[in-house]
Amino acid sequence: MAADDQAAHGTEGSDEHSRRDFLYIATGAFTAFGAAAVAWPLLDTLNPAADTLAASTVDVDLAPIKPGQRITVKYRGSPVFIDRRSKVQIEEARKVPLKDLQDPETDEARVHKGKDEWLVIVGVCTHLGCIPLGQTPGSKRGEFGGWFCPCHGSHYDTSGRIRKGPAPTNLPVPDYRFTSDTRIRLGEKPKEDTKAGS
Amino acid sequence: MSANAGHGAPQGTPRGRTANWIERRLPVFSTMEHFSQYPTPKNLNYWWNFGSIAGFVLVAMIVTGIVLAMHYTPHVDHAFNSVERIMRDVNYGWLIRYLHANGGAMFFLVVYIHLFRGLYYGSYKAPREIIWWLGIIILLLMMATAFMGYVLPWGQMSFWAAKVITNLFSAIPWVGESITTWLWGGFTVDNPTLNRFFSLHYLLPFVIVGVVVLHIAALHTVKSGNPLGVEAKTPKDTIPFHPYYTVKDLFGLGVFMLVWAFFVFYAPNFMGHPDNYIPADSLATPAHIVPEWYFLPYYAILRAFTADFFMYWPISWLITAKFAGVIAMFGSLLILFLMPWLDTSEVRSSRFRPIYKIFFWVFVIDTIILGYVGANAPDEVAHIALLGLFDFSTGLTWLTIGEITTFWYFFHFIILVPVIGRMERPRPLPHSISEPVLGGGAVGGGAAAQSRPGPMEKA
Ligand code: HEM
Ligand code: FES
Repeated sequence: MAADDQAAHGTEGSDEHSRRDFLYIATGAFTAFGAAAVAWPLLDTLNPAADTLAASTVDVDLAPIKPGQRITVKYRGSPVFIDRRSKVQIEEARKVPLKDLQDPETDEARVHKGKDEWLVIVGVCTHLGCIPLGQTPGSKRGEFGGWFCPCHGSHYDTSGRIRKGPAPTNLPVPDYRFTSDTRIRLGEKPKEDTKAGS
Repeated sequence: MSANAGHGAPQGTPRGRTANWIERRLPVFSTMEHFSQYPTPKNLNYWWNFGSIAGFVLVAMIVTGIVLAMHYTPHVDHAFNSVERIMRDVNYGWLIRYLHANGGAMFFLVVYIHLFRGLYYGSYKAPREIIWWLGIIILLLMMATAFMGYVLPWGQMSFWAAKVITNLFSAIPWVGESITTWLWGGFTVDNPTLNRFFSLHYLLPFVIVGVVVLHIAALHTVKSGNPLGVEAKTPKDTIPFHPYYTVKDLFGLGVFMLVWAFFVFYAPNFMGHPDNYIPADSLATPAHIVPEWYFLPYYAILRAFTADFFMYWPISWLITAKFAGVIAMFGSLLILFLMPWLDTSEVRSSRFRPIYKIFFWVFVIDTIILGYVGANAPDEVAHIALLGLFDFSTGLTWLTIGEITTFWYFFHFIILVPVIGRMERPRPLPHSISEPVLGGGAVGGGAAAQSRPGPMEKA
């Protein structure tokens, strides 16, 4: 390095010196660019593959579900809770003032228009991913009559909204669409006018 | 005996012609001589045994792991059964698996003792900062390795550990969700996750080997510390590593292997969790999920951060309590990197630091309590009970105890360590390692009385 510098100075003067610097920087920049171009495909292989993404809709028949009954279906590897809510449960969810909510959202915005009794939510606690209790008769439903996550004590109400505990947000509503009066398809967006809140 | 003989030059020690031929092409023999003659302080106590034990466990984990991998199937439909097949049908499969499963826990036990040794004797101070930093990197890599290994048997605890830990990253604002999807390779923990965890669980131990080589290269550059914390000055202060410390290390290793063997043969599932013998079910979380014991203190720190924890108030306008907990959990490890700067004392060894010594032990107790907190349900009132002999209710929930001990953990590093270093008046140091043993003046007489000569002193 030192010898190189000397040679450069000795023969061509300082002009040559800066030209060499330019070459170093250009080479370095191209190498970094090349490395990034190779790194991206390697990292992107870890994202969901095409077949994982493709297996992305599930049809559910709602006809056998009785009022007050909750069922669990598996969608994208996680449980989806389907709750055919009673009038009382819907009222309970609707009379809560928004300012009492940790993650304010109306109950109307979480169901489809005219389908108030059907609550469809992803049953994965938004804290650290445990499955909340409340799906089977007799299991704990927490202080707000919805769901209770035993892992670190999160309570959800009858709209699946977080009311108490460490979870930061409400149980999310997945994309789904009513394909008939008694069937839904998970994984497809609803037609604009049926999703009340949006 | 000249401590530095045998560095490099083939003509250092007489060798046969073949040995010389090899030596000129690859310095095997001089390297071996370097290790056997490595000038080691003659006053090392048994706390200095744990580094070599950790090295042994690492090799043992790699050997047992490679054999397990020959019988293991990384697929969600077969993983659990392949591990049960190892346990029931593969010749000595139970032995290899129990060695590996308990070996992971033993590895942490040894490394934690090694680390606390460093905190007590000031091993992170100049000129050993890089050794210390490399050690922490090894610990972080071990944690990643052990976590992914625990997922492989694909029992209930495996699955839910994977779920909860990967979900920690969802706390990161904006990009959290893309990161978890990327970690999972899907929409939740599933087959792609198990596959990549197996690949990385196989890889990382070899990365650890690489960092261990650097750790030892740095050690042999600046040489070992010792319980007195004064550097070796003359050849009188050191003895060659071989045979003195090879024998002492082997003795310690023997004792350690008895402990390991006790668990493998008499209590192989003592440190495990029975739920992990239930196959993974992505639709039902077990009632109590707890991490392995070596992760419990971090788990307690994570859970201490709720909306009404006073350490969270000052930042509550900025980030969620969940994210604060994640930062605190990683911070509790990363803060160790700062020890060379946080500790303002000139004196290395706690033997000569009357105040720091007390708070060191308070800190040890604090981490143990954190471990207990991590193992218990946050909302329950903490009881201290012993085998039905007594049962004493503290009146505090585990969460409250977790908050206090979490506070103390950071208070220790950020406030106590720098302040004590400035204010404390250390006791007089001996002039050299030999002095307290061979006499030579009354300086540091107190210290001399304390440092009992070990069996090596005859040398
Ligand atoms: C740093 C060293 C290592 C640590 C701390 C470690 C830790 C662990 C842990 C905690 C488990 C779960 C044990 C159980 O509950 O069944 C495990 C399983 C496993 N490990 Fe490792 N491991 C290490 C190195 C390796 C290596 C180098 C390999 C392979 C080349 C390997 C292969 C496996 C396999 C196949 C399993 C699944 C079988 C089983 O669960 O017993 N491990 N490891
Ligand atoms: S995962 Fe549900 S409360 Fe923590």
